[in-house]
Amino acid sequence: MTSTVDTPAEAAHPARSGLVAVARAPGWVRYALLAAGLVVALWLPNGLYPAVAVDILCWALFAVAVDLLLGFTGLMSFGHAAFWGASAYVTGLVAIHVGLPFPLAVLAGALAAAVLAVPIGYLAVKRTGIYFAMVTLAFAQMVYYIANEWRSVTQGENGLQGVPRSFFGLDLTDDYYFYYAILPIVLLGLAGAWRVVHSPFGRVLVGIRDNPARARALGYPVHRYKLTVFVLSGFIAGLGGGLFAVGHRFVSLEVLHWTTSGKAVIVVVLGGIGTLWGGVLGAGLVIRLEDWLSFSGFEAIGLVTGGIFVLVVLLFRRGIWGTASALALRWWASRRR
Amino acid sequence: MTGFLQNTFNGLVSGAFYALLALGLAVIFGMLRVVNFAHGAFYMLGAFGAYVLLTEAGVPFWAALVIMPVGLALLGMALERAFVHRLTRLDPLYNFLLTFGLTLILQDLVKLRYGVQSSPYETPSALNGSVDFGLFDFPTYRVFILGFAVAVCVGVWWVLTRTRVGMVVRACTERPELTRAFGIDVGRWVTPVFGFGIGLAGLAGVLAAPMRAVNPLMGADLIIVVFAVVVIGGLGSIFGSVAAGFGIGLVQAWGEAYLSDFPIISQTIVFIVMAVVLLWRPAGLFGREEAPA
Repeated sequence: MTSTVDTPAEAAHPARSGLVAVARAPGWVRYALLAAGLVVALWLPNGLYPAVAVDILCWALFAVAVDLLLGFTGLMSFGHAAFWGASAYVTGLVAIHVGLPFPLAVLAGALAAAVLAVPIGYLAVKRTGIYFAMVTLAFAQMVYYIANEWRSVTQGENGLQGVPRSFFGLDLTDDYYFYYAILPIVLLGLAGAWRVVHSPFGRVLVGIRDNPARARALGYPVHRYKLTVFVLSGFIAGLGGGLFAVGHRFVSLEVLHWTTSGKAVIVVVLGGIGTLWGGVLGAGLVIRLEDWLSFSGFEAIGLVTGGIFVLVVLLFRRGIWGTASALALRWWASRRR
Repeated sequence: MTGFLQNTFNGLVSGAFYALLALGLAVIFGMLRVVNFAHGAFYMLGAFGAYVLLTEAGVPFWAALVIMPVGLALLGMALERAFVHRLTRLDPLYNFLLTFGLTLILQDLVKLRYGVQSSPYETPSALNGSVDFGLFDFPTYRVFILGFAVAVCVGVWWVLTRTRVGMVVRACTERPELTRAFGIDVGRWVTPVFGFGIGLAGLAGVLAAPMRAVNPLMGADLIIVVFAVVVIGGLGSIFGSVAAGFGIGLVQAWGEAYLSDFPIISQTIVFIVMAVVLLWRPAGLFGREEAPA
């Protein structure tokens, strides 16, 4: 790759506006949004099928994990299904064979995902831009092939059946109660991502995203920062994947498929790159839409997801949250004048 | 020995597909800085188109070998004008996402109409049978594929390095501003080059139809392997992409033959090679170093 593509001036990364916008919003707005978000999260399984609400929570974690890299470090991972899926399998195996309570099984899965993220991240951060996307995609496919071949453990195409929802004797078979059981874990994961973004570490990541050469000149070990956030992101994606496995009580190869990686990226782009909130919103919309489509018997879901991809990328690159916050800020500024 | 030669030959044949696809990707990337995710979908359309032409219109293989690449090149040019072109000034990631979306759409359109089951495609009668190489026989059709693919790769190389058109395209690729200053309309070359790359994918698809099962998903998994191939070869280098394509075909065939007791390794050997290359030469075997980041 020639240097022209990698220079940040030409790369014109879309995320900047988003982060600045959130940082500039007045305090009471942010608290009001947080409160509104919590209210929606608490109400969700009353307004939707609880199973769909559970899916939305899991995908929200997944999207935020991808956004940590895409929006705040400027790295597009097109292979995050590796971590989501690896954690789903490990969670399922631990829950089935060891019989741990589900939060511990999910934790084991997420840790396994983080461990897997170390070698993949170490190799992937050697490349940037579009190459990073291709390398992560290729390694995720490698994980997919391994899971497909290692039938004695993963059951191949049959998948892991009957992942239990054991939780200290409490009955969580009803998705409605399961939703509230996993909500604290999901909120913890989201809060963790928020904490990372708003820490000194997160500021360095943004500095690396905006100008890697400058970050390096200032003495920051760029590769190590990228690897660290890659592993953190793998862990959060793993939390989502583990909960997804327990939520569905079933793990299939689809969790590792490249379409799953792609869906995670489009959820983030639709919601708004570099906004965290946007990923959550995007997850809600896409999962709800897919549920509605499959409920109404529409078979070619890829047609719709692909169409969303094309439209969002062509016309709506800031995403929902990015557009909304830009509009809100403009309104706010005009009122104060 | 005979077994080894046969495996090597098979490796070169599957390498021919990687090389044709990687060549198209590299040509498009060189001109537009676009990594075309939909390349696999166009390969699939090439194969499917040949199948549909034969079963529904009785068009023979040889005609399809011309019609499909040209038709897909035109479709590719239309898509470039309609969509890709709007995003080339932005981060290349956007076009990657755009072409990913197009892949899902194209795949599902074919799936809706023809289902997901694989369809057989008859080998053209002139290429039935096998060629005797003394030590072993080899299916004529595979010999044809290998010869054809090598001829195409050499032809593209010849056009790029020995003709005026190739000179202009290389100039546009390497120094677009300077080329413009010499009075050459760089923008005019973008669409044909994109179409040409797509046409190569379509050509590979038609060639694959008699050899591989024709189904809507045949391009998707293949393209990810081709991505690994171009990471190994270095996407900026056309020679590197083609060489890596044949090389990976060989390594895969040998892996499948001699590591068959370890299916996990033989199935993922491409990615293992990619990991090694990333450790050793992150820019790819034939790629130039990118700007430090």
